[in-house]
Amino acid sequence: MSSLAAKYVRSRKRKAAIAWDKAKRMKVCYLFLLPHAVLFLTFYILPMFSSIFYSFTYYNILEPAKFIGLKNYTNLLLQDDVFLVAVKNTFLIAIITGPLGYLLSFGFAWFINELPRWIRTLAVVIFYAPSIAGNAYTIFSIIFRGDAYGWLNATLMKMGILYQPRLWLSDPSTIMPVLILVILWMSMSTGFLAFVAGLQGIDQAQYEAGYVDGIRNRWQELYYITLPNMKPMLLFGAVMAITQSFNVADVPMALAGFPSTDYAAHTVVIHLYDYGYTRFEMGYASAIATLLFLTMILCNKMIQSALRKVGT
Amino acid sequence: MSAIKKKGVSGLRRRPNRSVMGDAGVWLLLILVAVMMAFPLVFAVSSALKPLDELFRFPPTVFPRHPTLDNFSDLMVTMGQSWVPFSRYLTNTVGMTLLGTMGHLLIASMAAFVLAKYDFPGGRTYFAVVVTALMFNGYVTAIPNYVTMSRLHIIDTAWSVILPAFSAPMGLFLMKQFMESIPMSLIESAKLDGAKEFRIFWTIVMPIVKPAWLTLIIFSVQGLWNNRASAVIYSESKKTLVYALQQIQAGGIARTGQAAAVTVVVMIVPIVTFILSQSQILETMATSGLKD
Repeated sequence: MSSLAAKYVRSRKRKAAIAWDKAKRMKVCYLFLLPHAVLFLTFYILPMFSSIFYSFTYYNILEPAKFIGLKNYTNLLLQDDVFLVAVKNTFLIAIITGPLGYLLSFGFAWFINELPRWIRTLAVVIFYAPSIAGNAYTIFSIIFRGDAYGWLNATLMKMGILYQPRLWLSDPSTIMPVLILVILWMSMSTGFLAFVAGLQGIDQAQYEAGYVDGIRNRWQELYYITLPNMKPMLLFGAVMAITQSFNVADVPMALAGFPSTDYAAHTVVIHLYDYGYTRFEMGYASAIATLLFLTMILCNKMIQSALRKVGT
Repeated sequence: MSAIKKKGVSGLRRRPNRSVMGDAGVWLLLILVAVMMAFPLVFAVSSALKPLDELFRFPPTVFPRHPTLDNFSDLMVTMGQSWVPFSRYLTNTVGMTLLGTMGHLLIASMAAFVLAKYDFPGGRTYFAVVVTALMFNGYVTAIPNYVTMSRLHIIDTAWSVILPAFSAPMGLFLMKQFMESIPMSLIESAKLDGAKEFRIFWTIVMPIVKPAWLTLIIFSVQGLWNNRASAVIYSESKKTLVYALQQIQAGGIARTGQAAAVTVVVMIVPIVTFILSQSQILETMATSGLKD
């Protein structure tokens, strides 16, 4: 048994030595990485680990953090009813807007890829426009306003469909559909642009070769040439879709209010914001962030392994 | 490298394997969705052009009947009265956006280059950590970040916005994904010609991934331009333009017209950057000569 352990240690040591040799030979790589690494560790990794640490403490920002073990997590999962509502809403939003937004982004990037140049520029601008201005979505609070001055109410009343204004953003039964619509409207963002740029980078000769090889229609072309070439961007877009669809908070807070009626638009990140910045329970907020983080990693793992099979 | 191939970007030439019905369907769909997507923005712009009485008209209209630039001139008046001159806010934001974007582009691309094209111990792990960090929520890291920044004495300076922007994980991720498709043979042949790593990076790799970094510039400009930085910058004279404009916007019902104008003003810079870089993106790939 001990000899086995010794053997293991020796093999580990040898591997480490090989890696060290390689690292010394590739010094220049680390030099390239250095500026990013220093800043990234300082401003992203360090705070991330401190947040995970705070999730095991009671921390109200003013007093030093007090270690309380898993209490934040047990409270969160077993006692916090509002959190469960938030989880339900977040999953609903993520499951609908994540995949749909992703498909829309790719679909439209693909459609406009073949348009003549100036039309394509125009089309990219129009599709990306909702994401350009940080808070363009606030316009929806006028469109869906609850009184008769709201554009939708006024239009529907003029057409005789409604007889009195509807409180689109206060009625729990309409909040969600409206929000999902707005989030979908904004979903052609980061991933969409990466797709547009990526499609431009595909070697035209591959398509020419494809015609010769007898690719008959656009679907075959998509499957055999375009998708395999787009794999790195598809992975990028997927990660972006996950982060965006799970991190929804600004749109519901701006449109449905904070807190919303019956917590109908309460998401996990709003819950986190509530505890972190209105109640100053940073430990609890950190626990929410950590759980959300784990969920997203899991989701990402599943999607990455599915995407690896694309076009092969 | 002489194999530079000039070919019109596909659009103008009909591809042989397309059906007419399919093309018509795609066009119809595109136009329909484009109208839906553009509507709120058209609404925003036309609201900014409405005189005050039309903004409160019942029933509300989409297009202004008597378009006017009054809202914008009112906005100029309000900004002219502010304690810190308007030009100060503007220089603050422009400085932050320019410096932050350039630094981010350089730092992220350099890191992405070695991560994508060289296999060195720790490289894969580092990349995995970057992608994972993308998923951690920003609200809770704000407090520990604040502590770090105050230790570094950069609170209440523009660096508190710029330095984190330099190493934002998304930029590295995007650049690495694009650089992956560059054939290794291109880099190796340059190496045989005696080019050092930085030269390869700067003269061979960066020109090829121009669409990627133009896209990165859009994201970076957009993020920095819309940054209010209200948590890390206190001095009024160091605050950003968007912050100042949103203070005006928060002025209540009497400022409805100006608020509409603010929405449009805030949008302009990202939109212009975007249009410029898009037309560049569509330009480059046709002549890049990227061949395996």
